[in-house]
Amino acid sequence: MGDWKAITVPVLSSDSKDIFSYTSEKKISATSMNSQVLRLSLPSSKNMHSFFSAFCTEENLEQSISYIDRELTTLGFPSIYAESKGKELNLVSIINCINELLVLQHKNLRAQEEVEMQHMKLASDMDHLQNCYAKLKEQLELSKREIVGLQERDRQLQSKNRNLHQLLKNEKDEVQKLQNIISSRATQYNHDMKRKEREYNKLKERLHQLVMNKKDKKIAMEILNCVGRADGKRGAWRTDKTEARNEEEMYKVLLSDYEQRQKQLLLENAELKKVLQQMKKDIISLLPPQKQKPKEKSEEGLVLSDQEEDIGELNKENMWELSCETVREQLTNSIRKQWRMLKNHVEKLDNQVSRGHSGALNEKDVISREDHELETEKLELEIQQCKEMIKTQQQLLQQQLTCDDDTTLLLQDCYLLEERERLQEEWRLFREQKKNFEKERKSFTEAAIRLGLERKAFEEDRGTWLKHQFLTMTADCNSPNATTPSAFLRSSEPDIRLVRSASRQRKPPSVLSAPVSAEPCWTSQYIEQNSVASEKPAADNMPNLWVESDDKEETE
Amino acid sequence: ASCVQHRLVVRDASSLQLLQLYTCLDQIQYIEWSSDSLFILCALYKRGIVQVWSLEQPAWHCRIDEGSAGLVASCWSPDGRHILNTTEFHLRITVWSLCTKSVSYIKYPKACQQGVVFTKDGRYMAVAERRDCKDFISIFVCSNWQLLRHFDTETQDLSGIEWAPNGCVLAAWDTCLEYKVLLYSLDGRLLSSFRAYEWPLGVKSIAWSPSSQFLAIGSFDEKVRILNHVTWKKITELDHPATIASKKTIVYKEVEKSPTVDRERLSFPPTRELASSLFSTQSKYDISQVPVSLQYVKPVADRANPKVGVGMLAFSADNCFLATKNDNIPNAVWIWDMRKLKLSVVLEQLGTIQCLQWDPCQPRLAVGTGTSRVYLWSPAGCMVVQVPGEGDFQIVSLSWHSSGDSMILLSKDNFCVCYLEREEV
Repeated sequence: MGDWKAITVPVLSSDSKDIFSYTSEKKISATSMNSQVLRLSLPSSKNMHSFFSAFCTEENLEQSISYIDRELTTLGFPSIYAESKGKELNLVSIINCINELLVLQHKNLRAQEEVEMQHMKLASDMDHLQNCYAKLKEQLELSKREIVGLQERDRQLQSKNRNLHQLLKNEKDEVQKLQNIISSRATQYNHDMKRKEREYNKLKERLHQLVMNKKDKKIAMEILNCVGRADGKRGAWRTDKTEARNEEEMYKVLLSDYEQRQKQLLLENAELKKVLQQMKKDIISLLPPQKQKPKEKSEEGLVLSDQEEDIGELNKENMWELSCETVREQLTNSIRKQWRMLKNHVEKLDNQVSRGHSGALNEKDVISREDHELETEKLELEIQQCKEMIKTQQQLLQQQLTCDDDTTLLLQDCYLLEERERLQEEWRLFREQKKNFEKERKSFTEAAIRLGLERKAFEEDRGTWLKHQFLTMTADCNSPNATTPSAFLRSSEPDIRLVRSASRQRKPPSVLSAPVSAEPCWTSQYIEQNSVASEKPAADNMPNLWVESDDKEETE
Repeated sequence: ASCVQHRLVVRDASSLQLLQLYTCLDQIQYIEWSSDSLFILCALYKRGIVQVWSLEQPAWHCRIDEGSAGLVASCWSPDGRHILNTTEFHLRITVWSLCTKSVSYIKYPKACQQGVVFTKDGRYMAVAERRDCKDFISIFVCSNWQLLRHFDTETQDLSGIEWAPNGCVLAAWDTCLEYKVLLYSLDGRLLSSFRAYEWPLGVKSIAWSPSSQFLAIGSFDEKVRILNHVTWKKITELDHPATIASKKTIVYKEVEKSPTVDRERLSFPPTRELASSLFSTQSKYDISQVPVSLQYVKPVADRANPKVGVGMLAFSADNCFLATKNDNIPNAVWIWDMRKLKLSVVLEQLGTIQCLQWDPCQPRLAVGTGTSRVYLWSPAGCMVVQVPGEGDFQIVSLSWHSSGDSMILLSKDNFCVCYLEREEV
């Protein structure tokens, strides 16, 4: 009967249907129940119904009823029998039981649903958690690996560091060792040197003794006659007095040297003090304009005024002549303070300029300074120019002044020179013109020659052409007249043009032969134009002639 | 005066005319004029004899024989009447007087670079001594050779002493193993001591400025340190790097130009002038553009007295310039302007600098590099002067005349006098 429990909802519905149909037929006798059961089993197509038939059949009806009763009683329901013994069924109790079972079933279904929902939720949560877990595991792995790598690097670097430290230590030790060696060697050498020196001294002593012994024999000075002292005085005995005097002299020399040095230092000192005073005065002169500035600097101005008073007092006392420590310190301190103030002042000015705040005054100052500089430059340039002018004028004046006696002669010479120069100029011009004329003449002659040649050629061609014409005319008498007159015309036209050009050409030579006048350019232009003009028609004619002759030749 | 083998030849300085000729006993190693130019001493170290000749009386003679003591060095005293002889092994210094024929001895002189120095005015003499492995300095009065002061110095091994031109301060410096410069006043008090660094090699050369204002110390680390006379503290360090990058220094580079010879003029056999001009290369100065890198010679590390550091220092007579030579860069002369304490000019030569000397009157520097050319520099510019002559005249040393008008150029076998014309104003 365990199979029964496995069946879920669909069975219930069918079950309830069946049960209802079953209950509706309750009044029917018990035997009909079986048929009902059969009937139930027959129309249903579902396989689940087979269970019902499996459980309760006609044969085991009573058994099944008793079984059900037992089950229900165990579950806590009242018995379905009317009385404990009888086989009559208590319908009410049965229905109640069925109802209870239905309610139970509903409850169970709901619970199941809830459980399933929860189950799904839990499953999805689980999936999610599993994913997270997997990711986290991966991350963990990665970070573990990274850590391992970093640790490795760290180890390497540390080992390197250690090595370097070791090397450094080694080097330091070596250096120390070498230094120790050096010092030890130095002491050794000194010791050896001293030993050798002592030996050497002993030798020297020995030698000295030997030399001293032989002193009388060989060591001597031969001198012809004594020489006087350099300064003419006689030699003095060496007494205590002389010794004292020598000491005195030595000290005198030293003292004089020191005095000299002290004088120099005093002078330097005085100069430096003067310079400091000057600087102080300059700084003071620079600072008072601050009083005109806005309130920010009023405090400083007040402070300044106090200090100025002090300074004034100091100045009045002619401090530079005193040279005691306190005065010196005061002087230097005061200068330092003022220098610092000046610095601050300048810094503030710079800040103002950069910020552009109330910088009108400063900018004006700056601009005016620039203007001032420009002006000074200009003035300097002017001065230079004026100086140069003055120099040149002086030179000229000198020149004029120097030639006093020879002025007239020079002047005359000058006039003559002027005239000569003018004449030379004119000669030059004349020569140039002459050259030009020559050139033009040459060009004209060349042109004329060319023209002549051209004319010759043209005449020849004309002759040939005429011959051709004549021959053709005589040959082609039958040809239409229209062509011939045109041919004639054509020939006559060039003739006319040629005649005209020839006549024009004849003109220029006459012009050329005329004497050179004052307007050669004009004529040359005219000639050039003409030559050009004459050349052009000739040129035009030539190709025409050539073409025509070619044609004629071809036709022939 | 010049000596040839065993003869002493005296000539006139302006005309080089032979004035006197003296003969000595043996080959002369060293000659020196007395301060009043009346006497000349000729030292014959091998024989241990010093012979003195007089110019006024050629017949006068004097001979000082050191005998078995031997002779290592000899010099005049500033008054021109005493001769100081240093015997062999630096046993003692004997002071011979020409006036009184008397002798004085100075014991235990020190065998060092510059052990006996006189003040400029010739009044005092400082001698470096060493007794019992300790250094001392004795100051003597030159007039009567009285010992004025005797004091010990705190040096390991005194290497040299030098008076300041004003005669009031004596500078003493230690060996190159220790950098130490001590300054003593005339009366023997220690004024100050200066030590730039401890272990590397130390002082190589020292020079006082003519006004005694500065003391220039050239050391093996290629730097010159300048101390001032008021506080004896370092004013500045002048470095000598191999590359000059500052735009304000002028670098003059000596450039050789081969002479151009006209092909047509070549004749056979070639004349002497032609031959000499063909083979002698002309050179002139070019101004190199900054930055310039100079020829740098790396010194041999193992040897002693390496050619490193500032080996030559010289102040000009007007106190305005200091000329130095760095032995690492042996071809260059560095000229520093003392008023600005900056490098003003570098002269780069083709050969190593052998000698340089300032004109005693003007700021003019003459440099010799072992070639037959003398190089002159002045603030107006520099020029190359060729020594005319046949063959090679290799200048080993040069020396100015005290008037600054001429100078002597010495080679191994010859010498020549170079006269400088004064500008006509």
